[in-house]
Amino acid sequence: MSTTFETGDLVRCTLQGCSCEGTYITTRDGMATVKLTSGYNIGVPEESLTKTGSSEMAEPQEVEIIQDTTLPKISIVSTGGTIASKIDYRTGAVTSQFRATDILNAIPGLASLAQFSAVQLCNILSENMTPAIWQQLARAIYDEIRSGAQGILVTHGTDTMAYSAAAMSFMIKTPVPVVFVGSQRSADRPSSDNVMNGMCAVKTALSDLGEVVVVMHGTTSDDVCAIHRGTRVRKMHTSRRDAFQTIGDGVIGSVTYPSLDVSLASHAVKRGNGEPELKDQLEEKCAIIWYYPGMDPALLSAWSGYKGIVLAGTGLGHCGTDMIARIREMSAAGTLFVMTSQCLHGRICDRVYDTGRDLLGAGVIEGEDMLPEVALVKLMWVLGNSSSLSEARLMMAQNLAGEITRRSSV
Amino acid sequence: MTLDYQKLGLIAGIEIHQQLNTKEKLFCRCPTTIREAEESKGEFFRYLRATKSEMGELDRAAEEEMMQVRQFRYLTYDTTCLVENDEEPPAPLNEEALDIVLTIAKVCGMTPVPEIHTMRKLVIDGSNTSGFQRTALVAMNGTLPGGAGIETVCLEEEAAQRIEDTIFSLDRLGIPLIEITTSPCMHTPEAVQETAAQIGMILRSTGKVKRGLGTIRQDINISIREGARVEIKGVQELDLIAEVVRREVCRQVSLLEIREELKKRGASVEKTLVDVTSLFTDSKSRVLKSAPKILAIRLNKFAGLVGREIQPGRRLGSEMSDYAKKCGVGGLFHTDELPAYGVTEDEVTNLKKALDATPDDCVIIVADKPQRCQCAMQQIIRRAEMAFEGVPKETRKMLEGGSTAYMRPLPGAARMYPETDVFQVRVTPERFASLEIPEMIDDTIARYMQEFGLAREVARQMAYSERRSAFEEAIHSGIKPALAERAFNSTLRELSREGAQVHRIKDEDILQVLILINSGEVAKEALSPILTALAEGKTPAEACERAAPKVSEEELTKIINRIVAERADFIKERGNAATGPVMGVVMKEVRGSVDGKIVNQILREAISQVLKNA
Repeated sequence: MSTTFETGDLVRCTLQGCSCEGTYITTRDGMATVKLTSGYNIGVPEESLTKTGSSEMAEPQEVEIIQDTTLPKISIVSTGGTIASKIDYRTGAVTSQFRATDILNAIPGLASLAQFSAVQLCNILSENMTPAIWQQLARAIYDEIRSGAQGILVTHGTDTMAYSAAAMSFMIKTPVPVVFVGSQRSADRPSSDNVMNGMCAVKTALSDLGEVVVVMHGTTSDDVCAIHRGTRVRKMHTSRRDAFQTIGDGVIGSVTYPSLDVSLASHAVKRGNGEPELKDQLEEKCAIIWYYPGMDPALLSAWSGYKGIVLAGTGLGHCGTDMIARIREMSAAGTLFVMTSQCLHGRICDRVYDTGRDLLGAGVIEGEDMLPEVALVKLMWVLGNSSSLSEARLMMAQNLAGEITRRSSV
Repeated sequence: MTLDYQKLGLIAGIEIHQQLNTKEKLFCRCPTTIREAEESKGEFFRYLRATKSEMGELDRAAEEEMMQVRQFRYLTYDTTCLVENDEEPPAPLNEEALDIVLTIAKVCGMTPVPEIHTMRKLVIDGSNTSGFQRTALVAMNGTLPGGAGIETVCLEEEAAQRIEDTIFSLDRLGIPLIEITTSPCMHTPEAVQETAAQIGMILRSTGKVKRGLGTIRQDINISIREGARVEIKGVQELDLIAEVVRREVCRQVSLLEIREELKKRGASVEKTLVDVTSLFTDSKSRVLKSAPKILAIRLNKFAGLVGREIQPGRRLGSEMSDYAKKCGVGGLFHTDELPAYGVTEDEVTNLKKALDATPDDCVIIVADKPQRCQCAMQQIIRRAEMAFEGVPKETRKMLEGGSTAYMRPLPGAARMYPETDVFQVRVTPERFASLEIPEMIDDTIARYMQEFGLAREVARQMAYSERRSAFEEAIHSGIKPALAERAFNSTLRELSREGAQVHRIKDEDILQVLILINSGEVAKEALSPILTALAEGKTPAEACERAAPKVSEEELTKIINRIVAERADFIKERGNAATGPVMGVVMKEVRGSVDGKIVNQILREAISQVLKNA
């Protein structure tokens, strides 16, 4: 930041051949950003500026949202993300910096659907999410359900939303919907998907559902949101609105827009009357290793001492024969190996080829049709919540939260 | 009405938007190709809503668009991508486009912006999938050779083409657009048109702008003393500009007269809405009879003024109607124009009675769904109150003929905020210095006249032609200017008028034919049929062969002898004067494949032989 000018200063900019008036915004690498009266920003050398006065930068006005207390209660747990973002002059980028209540301001239609209470857990870009924050998130959700919320809305950046949704699926047994929602196009733009995703997510949180889900655009059009199971969902595109897809199972429901009709598939877990259960222990010394042709087995040593490793193997669940000896050693030393596939679609079967059989012999567990990232999150949770390695192995092979399907439907 | 523009204090400026003919779009790698809607490969739809600017303000233009929630449908093509779909962040600013804009800035003696920042300008009429148009200020403060000031040039992305009401085609979205804004320095309608023509000439001089209807659009800013700044958007024909200015001045003058008249009469706007639905249950007006709700208001002492013409085809009532339409209603009725449209005299009498209206008052009614009626009435009241101020600041759109209709309020600076997904671009003094200034077309015309001896009109056509550089190349390679001009311009124009697809002819093919003509292998008389064949998709070799098969001197002599023999009587009768007509017959038979000189020589010999024998 410049010491000469402050954001909001009125300045005159004198360039060779012309001069113009504007408002000083910031300086980066010697270039000052000036907002001209026409609204355009230009970058000019700071030395071309002279201060002519100062102005108050208008503060965004807080609009008081009046809540209808006759409506069902929904809790919004905010972690940050694009659903509530704005432009930051400091970095020049779109950042998540709104508080949870700002979501109600950003999506005015929400107030007619429910009465909201908001918990701002953190305000991070989702690439900065950690297992430690998952634990805080699980406790916050648990508390909100205990205090009577009919449904939970978790706002989350889309990058790691699927990981967090999977984590909550294992950590909380919920009688009410826990709905993750975000947006792919920043909330500052008129075309943002935040309004539709937010409205559909709230309707899902009010629905007859009783599990952890992700609700995002189902197509590129503003016509329908898909409801994805937290343990089967994956971000499959960097930028499209319909980036989130259910892999290896059917979606568990949909919400039409703008009519907001929720329909649930038969395999959706329904709302219950019981109390929520929280099991928030995680073993963080777990990793995921993406095998590639020619991978040096010595690389595995970097993870020695880890309690669990998910292998994203090739095809049916393989990695090069050279890897097996090291896997056997580490397994014997107490590391739990789970095999998943880079194919994402389909089930692991290490009983077809020799390599697979050797991997099983070395102690690797078949990860069935679990998604690699889901298997990692599950491994953290299983190792944190089991009393022995053999119990952990058993749990990894069982379906706990919809992450494994018994049958591969066609 | 004849107007003294100087006395009225006319101030006008223009903004010219011209599409640039770059290889790729401004913020993605798609080609800048315009497509037919039938070629569309798919579609999707979206809703847009106004968002607050970084200052927390809602733009008033955007706010008005938001009165209706509209679903926009977009057509996609195999030449559009996720960027147009607003599903992928933009690519870096197209450097080719920036160079063109900087070149034009240099021609106008402007100061380039040291670091260019791309902005988002809120546009939520559906023409931009993102809800904003990306635009960057590139240079400031210049002067045209004619003396008019240029305030700014900007580089913007073109909006999507509206196919109908809420359906847009994405082929056009993202084509680079230069926006040139003059200072408000023009004081007559003619000056505005001349300045527009001059800017058009400069743009065309770069050879890097798109051509054809719709590729250039003029927005005109006009005000008169005591009037207000009005921006008229989308004037496509240069020749209409002066007329648009004249009509806008006329409108502002009339609105000011209405203001004075309203004050004199002590007029006022009654804000109480009256439900008059029941008065029209048996109306012959289908709109009124079938309307779920009809609301009315009384404008005290407005009689005659709502129906008064303010520019050809436009009344104060039309202005109110434009405002009302923002709420989705089809329009309004006012008692200045009733009875009409199926509304009877009795109905008007009852209506006036229901509103306690005197003959001095005007009653306005709107018929639609209740909510829309409410909204429309508020808009009508707003516009009626503006009549006391005179001329509202507005963005207007041009109608056929040069009158205009209200579009939206003038947008404020609040609708601009930074496009953070695009890096800033520094324009170094070295880069600006290295840009070559193209020859201005006006200079090209003079040079063609002087150096090549072309007539002014032909020189002008050639200078503005897309084939200008091929034409010059031909002359460089030794083709005579007159022949080159015919090949690249006059003959093509004639053939085009006859319906030939001359746009299909490649410059290099014409050049190849010219070289053949120059070497004497093809007669220049065959130019027209050869170009016709090229237009039909033939190669130069095929075209020459078909249009002008090679005839050896031996064959030629045989042909001439035969024709002369057939016409021996005619020749004997006419003597040497027969040469001309017979020559025509021969040339037709050899289809111009032989140089006229050679034909003439052999023919003269053959004729003199006949005459000798006679």
